[in-house]
Amino acid sequence: MSDKPKIGLYWCASCGGCEESVVDLAEDILDVVEAVDIIFWPVAMDFKRADVEAMDDRSITATLINGAVRTSEQEEMVRLLRRKSAVIIAYGSCAHLGGIPGMANQFDREQILRYVYEDAPTVVNDEKTRPATAHRFNGSEATLPVFHATVRALDQVIDVDYYIPGCAPTPALLKAAVEALLTGTLPPKGTVLAPDIALCDECPRKESKPEDLRIERFHRPHAVMADPDTCLLAQGIVCMGPATRGGCEALCVKGNMPCTGCFGPTSRVRDQGAKILSSLAASVAADEEADIISILSTIPDPIGTFYRYGLPGSLLRKLLSQSSWTGGTSHHA
Amino acid sequence: MNETIETTQTAQPWRPRIVAFFCNWCTYTAADLAGVSRMKYAPNTRIIRVMCSGRIDPQFVLEALSEGADGVLIGGCHPGDCHYAEGNYKALRRFHLLRRMLIGMGIDEKRFRLEWISASEGDKVKTVINDMVEQLQQLGPLDIPARRKAWDVELEEAKAQVPRYEEFEEAAHV
Repeated sequence: MSDKPKIGLYWCASCGGCEESVVDLAEDILDVVEAVDIIFWPVAMDFKRADVEAMDDRSITATLINGAVRTSEQEEMVRLLRRKSAVIIAYGSCAHLGGIPGMANQFDREQILRYVYEDAPTVVNDEKTRPATAHRFNGSEATLPVFHATVRALDQVIDVDYYIPGCAPTPALLKAAVEALLTGTLPPKGTVLAPDIALCDECPRKESKPEDLRIERFHRPHAVMADPDTCLLAQGIVCMGPATRGGCEALCVKGNMPCTGCFGPTSRVRDQGAKILSSLAASVAADEEADIISILSTIPDPIGTFYRYGLPGSLLRKLLSQSSWTGGTSHHA
Repeated sequence: MNETIETTQTAQPWRPRIVAFFCNWCTYTAADLAGVSRMKYAPNTRIIRVMCSGRIDPQFVLEALSEGADGVLIGGCHPGDCHYAEGNYKALRRFHLLRRMLIGMGIDEKRFRLEWISASEGDKVKTVINDMVEQLQQLGPLDIPARRKAWDVELEEAKAQVPRYEEFEEAAHV
């Protein structure tokens, strides 16, 4: 092997979009490949876990891990990669804050398994068969990873050095991060490698955002024809821009769709969902309780809207069902 | 649900803990009045004074709960009486959306309460706190810190499946 810096890429609970965003570097990927050795990238190249196990500790310059951690296999792999890598970068919303798979934290594991293997309208499973972690067949044993009860962001499992946000991250951010890595100009550990200012700052519609926002009712993006030049919030469309980190160049807004929050909060905000909730609710144009409730009811799914990419990384993190908890030192599923 | 429950914070019998955010101009003054009037009420509340109920960021509420509060109480001026004209209306709007969100996350609605208490209503501070303590006593502990620990037990279990895990852990904390 050459002396070039070694880069690893791995995926956990994710859709593959992050992998694709690496390919989206287009011609620039040739420069990257010129400058580094990719020593592990299961989605694109033929490496095995044993190859990683054989590497020296901290011998990988940096590993970019995308996806949330949901299974014991993912957990084992990220621990292994942590051991072998000098720098771990959580790549994309799911690794950063839990992402779309993290919305499963609104449900107990049993609710999820029962729906998927028994109750879903497209399922026929009279024996109520479910995946087993071990199954003997023809004299050998086949195994599956354990399905954890909680979806986790990467830093809830291993130590993470940097974060590249986005669903998926833009090629520009990836390129800048690789450059910083190669030139040794990375910022302090723990930094999110994107601008630390709300999306509104780079939004082309910024000038049309009213000083005093007053929302008479909320509209869902598919139900209205949004004016392409006016602030979406001023049109009553839930836009996560004020509570979301910029750096995406307002791609969704330029496509006349609201920001859905995939870059997570800025460093000054702990809980992105609470922050947008605060901002939107305060702008409701009513003082009477019944009118307030009526206007707020036009947001049908506050959790799914405000925590679309970050429920595991939020302050509450997970469903807190009273039924599954009687307190104290005993453990409950 | 009134049996004695051990929690992570204390070996004492469990008693509800309420974090209360009271506005400077009305409800905090009312709590002061309750104090100087020597009214007796349940000692379970930690009061945090804020200048206005409109200053209460929903993050404060979530943080209080996630750090171990069993309930959060917000006290502000009656509608029309806000020292800053409309802060309490903002609090009311936020309260309703946050309440829906908390219910969706499995938190009983009785754990989050908003009350308008004017500076002269010391007795209302007393009755509201007593009533909320009583309700939380019925509900039992929320104890999110202990739940977190319970959630992470599955990580401990999976760690045992990783060969030479201690070395991994060591490397992870260099």
